[in-house]
Amino acid sequence: MTIPTYALIGGMLLGVSALLLLLFSGKIAGISGIAGGLLRWQASDRLWRVLFLVGMIGGGWAGVKYLGGVIPSSYDITPWQLAVAGLLVGVGTAIGNGCTSGHGICGMGRFSTRSVVATVVFMAVAIITVFVRLHLLG
Amino acid sequence: MSLLICLLAGVLFGLGMTISQMTDPKIVIAFLDIVGSWRIDLMFVMGGALLVFVPGFALLIKGRNKAVLGAKLALPSKTDIDGRLIIGASLFGLGWGIAGICPGPAFASISMANAELIYFIVPMLIGLKLPQWLVR
Repeated sequence: MTIPTYALIGGMLLGVSALLLLLFSGKIAGISGIAGGLLRWQASDRLWRVLFLVGMIGGGWAGVKYLGGVIPSSYDITPWQLAVAGLLVGVGTAIGNGCTSGHGICGMGRFSTRSVVATVVFMAVAIITVFVRLHLLG
Repeated sequence: MSLLICLLAGVLFGLGMTISQMTDPKIVIAFLDIVGSWRIDLMFVMGGALLVFVPGFALLIKGRNKAVLGAKLALPSKTDIDGRLIIGASLFGLGWGIAGICPGPAFASISMANAELIYFIVPMLIGLKLPQWLVR
C-alpha cells in the first residue's frame, strides 16, 4: 500500500500546531471550542481565538498557494444539506465539547477516555450516515 | 508573545488542513465510505497528528502545572462519559457524515472556497451558540 505522504505530513503539521498551542499558550487546539468560545456572552479571551482562526485562514491560503494544498472549488451537496450539516456540526460539537481536532487529536493524544469514546461515537455515526446516504438513499 | 504563538499555531493548523486535503469533503467521505470507494487517507492525517502530539504531550507537557509562557494549562477536567458527550458526538457525526466538513476544514477554506461554504459556516456558528441560549 502506498502511504499518502501528503496526508501524513499535513497531519503532522496539525500535531505540531496543537502541541505548540498547548505547550506555550496552554490552550487546546479544538476548533469547535475555539470558535464556540468566541461566541460566548462574556468572553474575556477573544483575542487569542481570533488570532488562531485568522492564522488558520491565512495558513489555509498559503498551503494552497505555495505548498500544493487543496481547497475545493465547489461542494457536491445542496445549500440546504450544507446548512443542516453545519447546524448539526455546530450543535453537536458544542454539546459534546469537541470535534476531530479537540477530541480526535488533543483528547486522544492525552489518552483521555472521554475523547476516545467521543471519537469512536462520531466516527461510527459518520460512517453509518455516509452508508445510508450513498448506498441506501442513493 | 503567547498571542504570537496562537497566530503561528493557527497558520500551521491551516497549512496542515490544506496540505492533508482534509479541506476536501470527497476525501473525508471516502474514508467514511467503508463499503464503497474507501480511501485510507484520513487515517494517516489523524495518525500523523498523533505521531507528533502523543510523544510531545507525554514528554513536554504532562506533569507541567503551567504553559511555558506562564498561562494555565486549559486541560479539560471532565472525565465522565455522560449522555451529553454521546449525544453531542452523535449529532456531530451525523452532520460530518452529511457534508464531510467539520470546523477545522471549514475555517481553513475560507480564503478560497466557493461562496457556498457560507451555507455551512453560518449555521455552524448558530449551532455552536444554540446550547448557550438554551441553557440560559
